Amino acid sequence: MSVKLNVRQVGDVSVMDVAGRITLGEGSSALRDALRDLVSKGQNKILLNLGEVSYIDSSGIGELVSGFTSVTNSGGTLKLLNLTKRVQDLLQITKLYTVFDVHDSEAHAITSFK
Amino acid sequence: MGDNTRHASETVERFLDSTLDSVDSAEELAVGAAGRAGFNDDDVMKIGMAVRESMVNAVVHGNRYNENKKVRLSVIRNSSRFTVRIADQGEGFDFDSVPDPLSSENLMRTSGRGIFLIRSFMDEFQIRRLDPGGTEVTLVKYMVSK
Repeated sequence: MSVKLNVRQVGDVSVMDVAGRITLGEGSSALRDALRDLVSKGQNKILLNLGEVSYIDSSGIGELVSGFTSVTNSGGTLKLLNLTKRVQDLLQITKLYTVFDVHDSEAHAITSFK
Repeated sequence: MGDNTRHASETVERFLDSTLDSVDSAEELAVGAAGRAGFNDDDVMKIGMAVRESMVNAVVHGNRYNENKKVRLSVIRNSSRFTVRIADQGEGFDFDSVPDPLSSENLMRTSGRGIFLIRSFMDEFQIRRLDPGGTEVTLVKYMVSK
């Protein structure tokens, strides 16, 4: 299975539920396109829910960094929610864990945007 | 029956097209062999990811998706070592030119983490140029006696 993306609006926060594999090719490009779409629509509070992400490779990590940078550069904020242990481990060994604002409660994450 | 074959030797060799489908196939093959070798889920994932990243280097940076060039994948398991060799037919790649992805000036780069992950996940990682052309990487994970 490649990646599945679903965007829902919680107040003024766009929550993107991501499921499957974020890897070079279809997975990472789908995530890139979806984030660009949100930014182009002026959505500047984005919460990426990675709770159902089974796998992420270096390309997928690169897309998270790219998304973070593009949202930040457009004056917005991108945060991460519900990291699996594997994704959390990867962000830690690549020293990116502290770059992102990571949450394990959607309610708290939504509140933190305000 | 499974435990009886856990530490048996196994050798698999494939010649793969320079496509992203081959990256998936190689990862799947390595994950299967690592599972049969008795590695735990975490190590199986690490081996699979190291193979994926190495295959991406071979397909994308080595062979540059050239349909006339192949990637040779070998998985060799014995009682002490799980070895994966991946060879492309490309022009060669200077692995030393990849900047340190952990340094502060590179932390927000969108690429350049593959080699770092491979080195992190495997016990040995070697690179050699092939004659007349191409690059071969060797990944080794030590077998742990149960």
